[in-house]
Amino acid sequence: MKRIFFLNRHLTERLGFGLLTLMALLTVIPIVGVVVYIFVQGAPAVSFEFISGFPRDGMRAGGILPAIIGTLYLTIGTAVFSVPLGVAAAIYLAEYASDTGLTRLIRSAIINLAGIPSVVYGLFGLGLFVLFLKFGTSILAASLTLSIMTLPVIISTAEEALRAVPQAFRTVSISLGATRWQTIRRIVLKEALPGILTGIILGLERAAGETAPILFTGAAFFLPRLPGSPFDATMALPYHLFVISTQVPEMPVQVQYGTALVLLFFVLGMNLIATAIRSRARAKRQW
Amino acid sequence: MDKIVVENLSLQYSDGTESLRGVSLSIRAHAITVLFGPAGGGKSTLLRCLNRLNDLAEVKTVTGQILLDGENILDPKIDTIALRRKVGIVFARPVVLPMSIRQNLTYGLELAGEKRRSRLDEAVERSLRLAAVWDEVKARLDDPAIALSGGQQQRVCLARALALQPEVILLDEPTSGLDPISTGKVEAALQELKKEYTVILVPHSVQQAGRTADYAAFFLQGELVEYGDGKTIFTAPKEKKTEDYITGRFG
Repeated sequence: MKRIFFLNRHLTERLGFGLLTLMALLTVIPIVGVVVYIFVQGAPAVSFEFISGFPRDGMRAGGILPAIIGTLYLTIGTAVFSVPLGVAAAIYLAEYASDTGLTRLIRSAIINLAGIPSVVYGLFGLGLFVLFLKFGTSILAASLTLSIMTLPVIISTAEEALRAVPQAFRTVSISLGATRWQTIRRIVLKEALPGILTGIILGLERAAGETAPILFTGAAFFLPRLPGSPFDATMALPYHLFVISTQVPEMPVQVQYGTALVLLFFVLGMNLIATAIRSRARAKRQW
Repeated sequence: MDKIVVENLSLQYSDGTESLRGVSLSIRAHAITVLFGPAGGGKSTLLRCLNRLNDLAEVKTVTGQILLDGENILDPKIDTIALRRKVGIVFARPVVLPMSIRQNLTYGLELAGEKRRSRLDEAVERSLRLAAVWDEVKARLDDPAIALSGGQQQRVCLARALALQPEVILLDEPTSGLDPISTGKVEAALQELKKEYTVILVPHSVQQAGRTADYAAFFLQGELVEYGDGKTIFTAPKEKKTEDYITGRFG
């Protein structure tokens, strides 16, 4: 009797464990599926001309260079605004702010910012940057809009990275006659940097792939030349993909998937960099 | 000569715990003063008042005064940076900063504005020798400090505090995590240090208190029970509570 009991428990354990493994594997399938499918469908379209040339024949042929460059500009523009602001806010929250009503308000604002649908950001950016501040439909307006959307990601990951630095380092540094700012600059930031960089890249990666926030603020349907200033509108990969998938009749499917593949590479490439930074820092970590 | 005079010092933490109650004592220069007693007696709190490190903790009220060379260091207007350069501290757990041994040693000096390479090198060697760890680390000063053993790390931490040439050294159970050999080295170093510095030590055992104390103060639940020269306290204490603690009846 006892022995059967034991076997039953053993069997349950194995069944449960197997089920969990299956679930974990299931989550991998969509990721692998998307990458493989896009690759197989899009790879034939990707050539040197495709990534270095301008669109031809109503975007049905030629390359997607303006969209690639545009997305690059938008990503850099987003970094310019969101990185200093986000990191500064994280330093304030992690190092200086005590638990007051004000900091709780800031924190809940950040959390809620992360929950706003991206199309709402787009409308907000249209109202504030494009119309009210008269930046027009431009890289500047789109970058600012993307920045607001990216901020919560950067702030929360940077704050987490700062908090992960052992408190003892701060105490020791202060006890050696350092000010709080010297302690942050020389010890805390240096140790938290890989974590902060990871957060920045993950945030920018999301910005690079978004369509809705740039829809009304900076994205152009088609431009015969590259943008020359931050006040120009620009083509961008995600918006271009939307356009050629829905707005252009008789569009070769290959070009659509080729564009998707380039966008996927762009975003996965950033992800890869983030992973590399993280694992290198982990190997070098001294605590 | 009295280096530090504590007058009627009381301290309350924000969570309501009272850590020190009406403590008064004078600490001699060029001697080892030991603060001992069971956990929660207020020894560490007193130590961290002496270089205002308690500013980082959640302290509700502090009353009384602490005079260092006649100047009240509890005055909110004093320069705490300068104070901390004058009053160094070594903690229970060795915490080396995430950099090389040399950089650990020069960190405080560079913040104080010392840039001359020769001065920095000089300070590194002098303080590592004082902390009795020079011979063990001199060949690898540019290696990460974390690679050292616990005992070496703790002596590097001591050297790091000494590099600033402070006047007072505070040690909060500096040997609690060390093996007997390392502990012996640290204690021997302290005997050398007291020639130049005022040393205040929270020991990790009564035995260590007895071994090292020139002067000893027994703390119980935030109050100073007895204070006098080490020999008297550990051989013929006046207070019953002190005697009970030393002989191991509680604590």
